[in-house]
Amino acid sequence: MYWDKKIETLKPADLQALQFQRLKKTLKQVQNVGFYKKRLAEAGVKISSIKTLDDIRKIPFTKKQDLRDGYPFGFLAVPLKKVVRIHTTSGTTGKPTVVAYTRRDLDAWSDLIARNMTMIGITADDVFQNMVNYGMFTGGLGFHYGAEKIGMTVIPSATGNTKRQIEMIQDFGVTTIHCTPSYAMHLSEVAEEHGVSLDSLKTGIFGAEAWSESTRTALEKRLGVTAYDSYGLSELFGPGVAFECPERDGLHIWHDSYLVEIIDPETGEQLADGERGELVVTPLVKEAMPLLRYRTGDVTMLMEDGCLCRRGQKIARITGRSDDMLVIRGINVFPSQIEHVLLKIAEVGNQFMVYIDKINHLDEMTVEVEINREYFSGELADLAKLQKKVVKELRDALELRTTVRLVEPGSLPRFEGKAKRVIDRREKE
Amino acid sequence: METKNFIIRQISIFSENRPGRLAAIAHALGEENINILAFSIAEANGFGVVRALVDHPEKAHEKLQSLGFNIAFTDVIAVKMKDQPGGLYEVAKVLGDAGINIEYSYAYSGKEGAVLILRVDQVEDAIKKIRNSGATLLERSVFH
Repeated sequence: MYWDKKIETLKPADLQALQFQRLKKTLKQVQNVGFYKKRLAEAGVKISSIKTLDDIRKIPFTKKQDLRDGYPFGFLAVPLKKVVRIHTTSGTTGKPTVVAYTRRDLDAWSDLIARNMTMIGITADDVFQNMVNYGMFTGGLGFHYGAEKIGMTVIPSATGNTKRQIEMIQDFGVTTIHCTPSYAMHLSEVAEEHGVSLDSLKTGIFGAEAWSESTRTALEKRLGVTAYDSYGLSELFGPGVAFECPERDGLHIWHDSYLVEIIDPETGEQLADGERGELVVTPLVKEAMPLLRYRTGDVTMLMEDGCLCRRGQKIARITGRSDDMLVIRGINVFPSQIEHVLLKIAEVGNQFMVYIDKINHLDEMTVEVEINREYFSGELADLAKLQKKVVKELRDALELRTTVRLVEPGSLPRFEGKAKRVIDRREKE
Repeated sequence: METKNFIIRQISIFSENRPGRLAAIAHALGEENINILAFSIAEANGFGVVRALVDHPEKAHEKLQSLGFNIAFTDVIAVKMKDQPGGLYEVAKVLGDAGINIEYSYAYSGKEGAVLILRVDQVEDAIKKIRNSGATLLERSVFH
C-alpha cells in the first residue's frame, strides 16, 4: 500500500530533478539563517555555484554542536510568529537543542509518518496505542499526528503504568503499538506475568534505540506482532525519516525529503554504496529550520540492492554511533552531560565511570563517582544524602533515572589519552 | 569534671562495599601497632562507613590518610553497662528518660566490662544528662 505512490516510486531521473529543485529552495531558505550566511561565505560557496546534486560536497557539514551554539533560535529561517511548535532534545551542557516547525513542517512531517505506516499496511481501520513520551520528545506527537492523518483511532497513552497500558490494549482492541523496543520487551513480560494475552495486536513499530534481529524475533513471538524498525531524529523533524517496508530488509529513507550521503566520519569523504559510515542528511522540505549536510552521528550504509516494493534506495539498520552519544531508554545522553552535572556538585570528584546494562530488557545506567575527600564528614547519613543529590541532579539534566555509586577518592581509573569512561554492557548483536 | 574529658574520638572511614576493603584497613592499623578497641560497619547503598575506636586515633588517621583512605574523626561517648542480662535495658532506659536521641550506637564487652558507644547529636548536653541520670560514662583516657 502507498500513501503517496507517485512520490514514493519516482524514477531515479525524476527523483534527482526534484531533489535538486528542493535543494535550491533550501539553499535560498538558509540565507535567512545568520549561521549559514556566514558559514557559506567563509567557505566561499555561492548558491549559483551549486549546479548539481554532487556540488553539495562544497558545503561544510553542520554538526550538533552548531545547533547547540545557536540556542535558542539561531537556526530559525522564519520569524517566530510562523513557528507553531518547538521541540527540544537534551543538550550536553544543560542547554538543549531546539527544533522548530511551521505549520507546513508539521504537515510534511505527519505526511511522512502516514507514508511509513501505510507502507506496512496500517489503515484507518487500525487502533493505535502510542506508548512514548508526549512531551518535548518528538516521538509522541510526531506519530500521533501521522496516525491521525491516516484516520487511525489513536490512543495517546504515553509512557508508564504498564498494567494500564495492557488493559487499554485489551479493552480498546489495539492493533498497532509504537514504543521503544526495550519497553515492548518489558510490556510483554508484564503481560506474561499477569497471564494476559494481547490477541488484538498485529503490528509493532519500534524505534528511538538501536535493536537487534534477535530482539525482533523475541518481540514478534512474545507480542504476536510483526515488528518494524523506525528511524528518525529531532533535527530532521523526528521519527519518520526512514522506515522498514514489509520486506524488512533495510529502511526506506525518503529521498524526496532527505538528501542522503554516507561519509567516513574521520575524513569526511563520501563512501560508496555498501560501505558503512556516518549518515549525513540535507533535509529538502524543512521550512522553519533548514539544515545543510547535517551529521547525524548514526552509522549505516546505503544498500546496493533495490527493493521488491519499488520504493527508493534503502539504508541498513543503524548499527551504532560515530560519536560518543549513548541512547538510554530512547533518550540521548552524552558523557559530557554527566561530567557537567558532576562538576557542579562540590562534594564529589570530577572522575566518573558510566556502566550501561540491560536489566529486565530496560537500559539501566550506573554512574560511579568519587566522593570529595574534604567533604567526608564521617557520617553515613550525609553520604546517603549526597548520593540522592547526585541522582536528582542527573535526573534533572538528563531526564533519566540513574543509579549512582559513591566510590572512594582515587579509586576510579585516570586516563592519560582519550578517556574511556563508558562501559556499555548491553548485548550487541 | 569537664564534659570534654568524656568525648572520645572515633575514626570513621569511607569504604566501598567490595571484598578486601576491611582487610586493607585492618592491615594498615596492625602495621602501625594500633589496637582496635571497638568497631562496627554501617552499610548503605553500595558503600559503607567503618567506625572504630582505637588506642591511637591520630596515628590511625595519618596512616589511613596516607594510604588514600577517606577518613574523618567523629565525637562519640561511651556508657558503662552491667555485663549481665538486663544491662542494656538499664542504660537504654536512662537514655530514653533523659530524652537523648541516638544517631547510632554499637557495643563491646571488654576489660572495662560491657560498653555502649553512642553517637548523639548534642554531645555536651547528652554528657550532662547522662551523668545526672546516674549512669557511668567512660573517660577518654580509658581508650586513648
